[in-house]
Amino acid sequence: MNTFLWGVLPYLCIASLVGGTIWRYRYDKFGWTTRSSQLYESRLLRIGSPLFHFGILLVFFGHVGGLVIPESWTDAVGVSEGLYHFNALLFGGIAGVCTLVGILILVYRRRTTGPVFMATTKNDKLMYVFLVAAIVLGLWTTLVSVGAGSEAHNYRETVSPWFRSVFLLRPDVAAMAAAPIQFHIHAIVGMLLFALWPFTRLVHAFTAPLHYLFRPYIVYRSRDRQVSGSRQTRPGWSGIGTADRDRQR
Amino acid sequence: MRVMAQMGMVMNLDKCIGCHTCSVTCKQAWTNRAGTEYVWFNNVETRPGQGYPRRYEDQETWKGGWTLTNRGNLKLKAGGRVQKLLGIFASPVQPKLADYYEPWTYDYQTLIEAPLGDDFPVARPKSLITGENTKITWSANWDDNLGGSSEMGELDPIVAKLNASVRRESEEKVRFELEKTFMFYLPRICEHCLNPSCMASCPSGAIYKREEDGIVLVDQDRCRGWRQCITGCPYKKIYFNHKSGKAEKCTFCYPRVEVGLPTVCSETCVGRLRYLGLFLYDADRVTAAAATPDEGDLYEAQLDLLLDPSDPEVIAAARREGIPDDWMDAARRSPVYALAKTYRVALPLHPEYRTMPMVWYVPPLSPIVDVLSSQGHDAEDRGVLFGAIEALRIPVDYLAELFTAGRTDIITDVLQKLAAMRAYMRDVSLGRDGDPAIPEAVGMSEETLYEMYRLMAIAKYADRYVIPTAHVERAHELEEIGCSLDFDEGPGMYESGPFGEASGRPAPVAVETFNALKQRQTSDSAMTTTAGGGLRGRVNLLNWDGNGAPDGLFPGASAGSSDPTEAPR
Repeated sequence: MNTFLWGVLPYLCIASLVGGTIWRYRYDKFGWTTRSSQLYESRLLRIGSPLFHFGILLVFFGHVGGLVIPESWTDAVGVSEGLYHFNALLFGGIAGVCTLVGILILVYRRRTTGPVFMATTKNDKLMYVFLVAAIVLGLWTTLVSVGAGSEAHNYRETVSPWFRSVFLLRPDVAAMAAAPIQFHIHAIVGMLLFALWPFTRLVHAFTAPLHYLFRPYIVYRSRDRQVSGSRQTRPGWSGIGTADRDRQR
Repeated sequence: MRVMAQMGMVMNLDKCIGCHTCSVTCKQAWTNRAGTEYVWFNNVETRPGQGYPRRYEDQETWKGGWTLTNRGNLKLKAGGRVQKLLGIFASPVQPKLADYYEPWTYDYQTLIEAPLGDDFPVARPKSLITGENTKITWSANWDDNLGGSSEMGELDPIVAKLNASVRRESEEKVRFELEKTFMFYLPRICEHCLNPSCMASCPSGAIYKREEDGIVLVDQDRCRGWRQCITGCPYKKIYFNHKSGKAEKCTFCYPRVEVGLPTVCSETCVGRLRYLGLFLYDADRVTAAAATPDEGDLYEAQLDLLLDPSDPEVIAAARREGIPDDWMDAARRSPVYALAKTYRVALPLHPEYRTMPMVWYVPPLSPIVDVLSSQGHDAEDRGVLFGAIEALRIPVDYLAELFTAGRTDIITDVLQKLAAMRAYMRDVSLGRDGDPAIPEAVGMSEETLYEMYRLMAIAKYADRYVIPTAHVERAHELEEIGCSLDFDEGPGMYESGPFGEASGRPAPVAVETFNALKQRQTSDSAMTTTAGGGLRGRVNLLNWDGNGAPDGLFPGASAGSSDPTEAPR
């Protein structure tokens, strides 16, 4: 079981993430969008969305720091175990709570605002389950790692080596198996979320427009070089009317 | 000098009767889809009025267009690049649906299906957003013909600005009593700017300007729905398709323009007030012109960008840039260049946004003429008209805020030219000799004035629309790569795709439109009899002109019977 969860599943998820993203980019560029619902409602969105997004960005960098950088490196620059975990709890906790509050506001908004709820697909709902679960479980592991309720666990001796070993193609199954159950669940949900990622609206994160900072303001493009223009009609281009909406739901 | 060609439009506002035909045909052609119910690529506003979306001209609220930094550089009014990226998760000043309006339909089914009763069944309005019953409280032209202006007229940002600037007792505020008001219509499409702020706002770089004809388009495959362009455009002419999550905008009907046909809004314009043609401009100087320090000079700066297509230097430079000779010829015959630069009667809409808009307007003389004729004056007499342009300050001030960033002298100049044309041509059409003093008073010769009259009043189809086609010798490189035999009646024409009617490879949009329109325009009967073969017995409803019920309009009642006139047995 451990071999499957920590030796096989990671690769299945990576295959799904990479393969799925390539497939989606090639065949569904038109569907590659944030699917913003700000037009319908913007009061709650203006609070919830930045809270969630900035929070999740911090969480992302926190994960990079915790999982990718070996403990020996931080020890070498003189960061003690206690100091490291104090920081991790402080910033990770703040970021995690922001993210959680943000997504709760967004889910509440999605459920209670009529038009936003109508624009929510089954795909979105499934994605929200995994996303919220990953965030909640992640906060739980943060508590465990400082020993709230039970003894503290240093994940940088179990989870992190395993994470790095996955990418070195020699998965350290034993290290991960030694971690507490909370970490196991969080990791599994996380992996499934990434497997699901390319097939949901989350793909918009992969096209974060950082190149905006460097590109010229005015974009000229020759008609000749275009490949698109007479694209096939896509699912987005459907007829108008309420009956039609009902059918699509 | 880097010469570039730009398709431009001029609208002669004196001729606009506010019939909304342009809006309706545009909507039928382009935004008749789910997600774009509230979208009007072309809309007609009554001015004074709030416009669509409401109060879009109030840039202190909506942050559209450009502004100058302290050092005199151009900067997006909504903020620099970093600021825009930080605001990406919840666009700070995006208009809500309520600022446009909540689109609706009517529950017509009730009219048919309601059970027999004492009351007439009523088709209740249903929101197209929620599908629920709704109360209609606003639309894209709710204040049409000054409807409600006595209460809401002050909400027009320009009226508010003019009224705020009234200081002396003797000056009058803009009034909305019936006998004191003035009014005209303002049809609006995307301005296809030379310095578009929507494009500059787009984080993905999905909005682009075509090198060949300057048409500004959104690449639907690259748009990620960050919605910064909606804030960026000061004219609010980029819309968010809430179904597909992508930005959409006026396309200048590029599939039609590429084959030499005018845009849908121009073609269907009842007042024949739209002109289409080419501008040549110097792309290297655009940014500098847009950064002109004084807003009042922006109109002149924009005019300076336009190059004279008869100038040998320009011709040589254009040749270096690969602009074909027939395009140069079209540029020389361009009606929009004539109206904007030669006669100087067409003005850009809100030059103070610094986007260098390429849809120009001939300001209306009608607000002044209306006042004069209602007071019993001869509104075609030169003296009376000239005097009135000087005396009726409010319409002139209003027009100046719209078209010249407040420069009333430019507006007065243009209106005087229009007045001179009226006065001079009245003499001519009454069989009298034209008075050469009239054109002289506005700095024109009799010949130029007459030519301007030909272009503006006679306005023949071929003079209004001078559209060079996309290049045949380059056609194989065009976006529609594929076997040319696969279309219409070519031998490669295949059945519809494996998954039903619309699946499989699409017919290129330009080829399809071109062939359909050519057939329709050249055949003198209902379109289907000749085309029936190509469509294998079916009728293309998009091209059906409504004459009769041609074969194949209805599916056969039984197998083998496709004659609709055949009575069912």
